[in-house]
Amino acid sequence: MNIILNNKHLKLPFKSFNVLHTKIFTKLLQNSVCAILPLTIIFIWHFLSVNEIVRSNLLPPPSEVVNEILILTNDGELFSHILITLNRVFNGFILGGILASVLGVITGISPTLRNLFDPTIQALKAVPSLAWVPLFILWFGIFENSKVALISVGVFFPIYLNLMMGIRQIDKKIIEVAHINNLNHFQTIRWVLIPGIIPEWITGLRSGLALGWMFVIAAELMGASEGLGYLMIDGQMTGRPALIIGALILFAIVGKLTDQLIYFLSKPFLKWKSSLNNMQEEEYNA
Amino acid sequence: MLNIKNVCKIYKNKDYSQNVLKDINLCIEDQEIISLVGQSGCGKSTLLRIIAGLEKASSGYVELNKNIINKPSSNIGMVFQDARLMPWLNVYDNIKLSILNDDKETQRYKINETLKKVGLEDIGNLWPKQLSGGMAQRVAIARALVQQPQVLLLDEPFSALDSFTKSNLQDHVRHLWSSLKITIVMVTHDINEATAISDRVLILNKVLDNKITKNHIVKINKPRSSFPKNEYNELINNIIFNKNSNQFNALI
Repeated sequence: MNIILNNKHLKLPFKSFNVLHTKIFTKLLQNSVCAILPLTIIFIWHFLSVNEIVRSNLLPPPSEVVNEILILTNDGELFSHILITLNRVFNGFILGGILASVLGVITGISPTLRNLFDPTIQALKAVPSLAWVPLFILWFGIFENSKVALISVGVFFPIYLNLMMGIRQIDKKIIEVAHINNLNHFQTIRWVLIPGIIPEWITGLRSGLALGWMFVIAAELMGASEGLGYLMIDGQMTGRPALIIGALILFAIVGKLTDQLIYFLSKPFLKWKSSLNNMQEEEYNA
Repeated sequence: MLNIKNVCKIYKNKDYSQNVLKDINLCIEDQEIISLVGQSGCGKSTLLRIIAGLEKASSGYVELNKNIINKPSSNIGMVFQDARLMPWLNVYDNIKLSILNDDKETQRYKINETLKKVGLEDIGNLWPKQLSGGMAQRVAIARALVQQPQVLLLDEPFSALDSFTKSNLQDHVRHLWSSLKITIVMVTHDINEATAISDRVLILNKVLDNKITKNHIVKINKPRSSFPKNEYNELINNIIFNKNSNQFNALI
């Protein structure tokens, strides 16, 4: 009797463990799909440079790039370079993001303010971003401030445009509901406009961040003594392609991670949207 | 008492002006349930929007208990054809929109009570995307009722629903009306719906060439079963399409 009971007890957890096990395994398998492409590229790259199809002083093998990164890591230098670049992007992102959000919201809400600000902002958007460099260096010097200013210019436009268009495209019918329920201006903004534009705002933030990463390179290439962009210039000056490629890969990784961070932080605010993306994720988690 | 006095509505453009409503006079008693019926373009929705305070009459006025309506107020609740729930708010917060100025406890009490009345309990946490069409419309009705209005305006509230849900909700509205003792004005193009719900049917005719044919008011006899519904529908159909209007005049 006892034995049978024990057997039952043994069986149950074992079974559930098995189910859990397969579930985790399938999830891992699904998640690892994203690694296929980079691994293939690394493999081809390795093949090309080891067999000297491409000269290895132009395209060093992956192992050498890893080696270069490891040397920098051991010095403790790499971490501070990444941190400095991240810091610049962050500062520019905050500065440009706040300005763009405020201007985007007020120009979206008020036609008068839109007429006041929007034409000028649209005209400034047409100025090629690198054209700001000489002016910013003159104004803010060659150190951090000019770099942060340049990055914030890059971050500004996508956020501003997305917000303004987002507000203007809010359904008139929804506004009418606010009207019939006697919402005052503040309540309409708090309950209708702001939550209604969060998806557009997040899209703006993500593309703003992408541009921020683009501009930090421009800023660091034009003269810096620290940062990932500096590493690239250093690699170019001292003829170390492995360093350039290493910095490039680090840019890709850090950029992707910051974007992912926004994505995860924004997720709770987008639960209400019924998009294809949400649907697939719900299926996936079920 | 809802009093509609000489209401005209003219939509003016640069090139043309269109008469949508002309000299509407109507008196709706407290706790009455009536329907406005008519072809599309006859101005029935416009009239409802003027009563709600969403639009202004070109001339004439609407008054509720001797107070002229010129903007939306909490005395009048409105439900639209589509539920118009804010997709970013859950059901609870959507209903809360009508009573934002109340304190939290009152809000909670009123919302739960209203959800019970419309037959939806325990769904406060759902998102609008998770609701069926009928449920969403019930939430919209709850949003209009939670402020305890004297008048409930329904602008073709069931026309987007399947016929089962529709008749279900029609019964529900009728039931709400008798339990809450409010005035209900419903706009519909569906004569069956009008006769199923209301005690009085007002037929609006299209304004053609700035002339308006008389607006007919038909009282449904009580008890309603004594008046053959088919005959009644036929009668109203005839009025709308201007056939046999003599027969109508004789009957009224």
